[in-house]
Order: sequence, then structure tokens, then C-alpha cells
Amino acid sequence: MAKIIIPTPLRKFTGNAGVFETSGTTVREAIQQLTETHGGLSRHLLDDNHKIRSFIRVYLGENDINSLQKDETAVESDSVISIVPAIAGGI
Amino acid sequence: MDYFQITLDQAAVEVINRHGAEAFPYECCGFLYGHESEGRLITLAVPAVNSKSGDQRRRFEISPLDYLRAEEFALKNNTQLLGIYHSHPNHPAIASEHDLAVAMPYFSYVIVSVREGVPVDLKSWKLKENTREFQEEEVFVLQTTEAST
Repeated sequence: MAKIIIPTPLRKFTGNAGVFETSGTTVREAIQQLTETHGGLSRHLLDDNHKIRSFIRVYLGENDINSLQKDETAVESDSVISIVPAIAGGI
Repeated sequence: MDYFQITLDQAAVEVINRHGAEAFPYECCGFLYGHESEGRLITLAVPAVNSKSGDQRRRFEISPLDYLRAEEFALKNNTQLLGIYHSHPNHPAIASEHDLAVAMPYFSYVIVSVREGVPVDLKSWKLKENTREFQEEEVFVLQTTEAST
């Protein structure tokens, strides 16, 4: 099964699990399985329209899905999906 | 119950202060690693590249790939990624609206105020549980005898 790597700050919503296995065949399906299993993640990952929040990046391997087919990027059984929070700020 | 206390090894504080001074008048940034048992202890501060395009005197950003590397580093070294540090050049160590806009739960956001190249204050902030508001953390510094790297 494909794996979703959960970033440290969101692991409190997955019972401290750092990896979630998914049978989703697209990134959208995979994220949907994740948020249905761990409901507390939803408001940190998805906006009111159930789209991935603008300050969350999703990587398939080392590629940003925005440079692939976005939510519809195909997921293989050996794919590794990483959720990457934006790290930014300033004065 | 969430708590709002953080202890930093003196060596980590020195890394943050030195990075803030060297980067002045630009913002520096980096990762904070450590452990949690009966509290949050930061044992290692690792500088990162400020990849923000535009005015780095007022903004910082860490690239997604650098973030992925930081998570991998934590896994390989049996430590935890517990937060982020950055500097506020010629501004107080108060979390700003820009800091809040993309803040994640659980992480400690350590800010060092650097005045004319000199670190003068260090504060830490963490999101209150189930809110989008920061609360200041009580900061303790653990004196160490080892030289910082």
C-alpha cells in the first residue's frame, strides 16, 4: 500500500503515528482516507471546500503535486506521499 | 492538557543567537530538535536557509524539501522535530500576524530579537489547543558544559 508521511506537528491527530497506509489511487483519495480515519486532521489539512489548504504542500516522492496532476496525481502501491506544512513568517 | 513551557540547552540558544547576529539585518531561521517526556527539551538547533524571495529583512521561509530533510533527520537520529526558530531584526520577539498565519499546532516557535546585530531577547510561542491564537511559552535555559557547535 502507498504511505502518507505525517509531519510531526500533526501526529497528535493520528495517535502519534508518523505513517498512514492508504489504498487510494489518487492523492485526493489518499488524503480523503486519511482525514476520514483521523477526523481531527481535517481542519488543519482541508479548507471549507475540502481542498488542501494553501499553506500545506503535498509531495509525491520529491515532487510537489502542484507540478504533477495536483489532487488527481496517480498514486502507486509503492508511492510515498508527504504532507509538508509551510514554514514561514516575519515581522 | 497542553502546557506552555520549553527548556533549551544553552548550546541551542547560542546557535540561535549566533545565527541571528550573523544574518542581521536579514531574518535567520532553523529547526529545533529534542525530546518530550515531562516537558519539552530542545537539545539541538540547526540553521536552515532562508529561501524567501523578496525582502528577507522582514520575512523568512524554509523550503518544503528542506523541511522534508528535517523530518528525515529526526527519524534517523532518534530525536523529535519540535519547533522552528527565526529572528526579528530590530523588532521585538513577539509573534507577528505573519508568524500566526501559517503556524502549526504542537510546534514551538522560538523568536530571537536582534537589535543592530546583537541578540537581545528570546521568546517562544505555541498555538493554544484548538485555536488559531499564540500563547507565549515560559522559557528555561539549561546550562551545559559542552561547547556549542
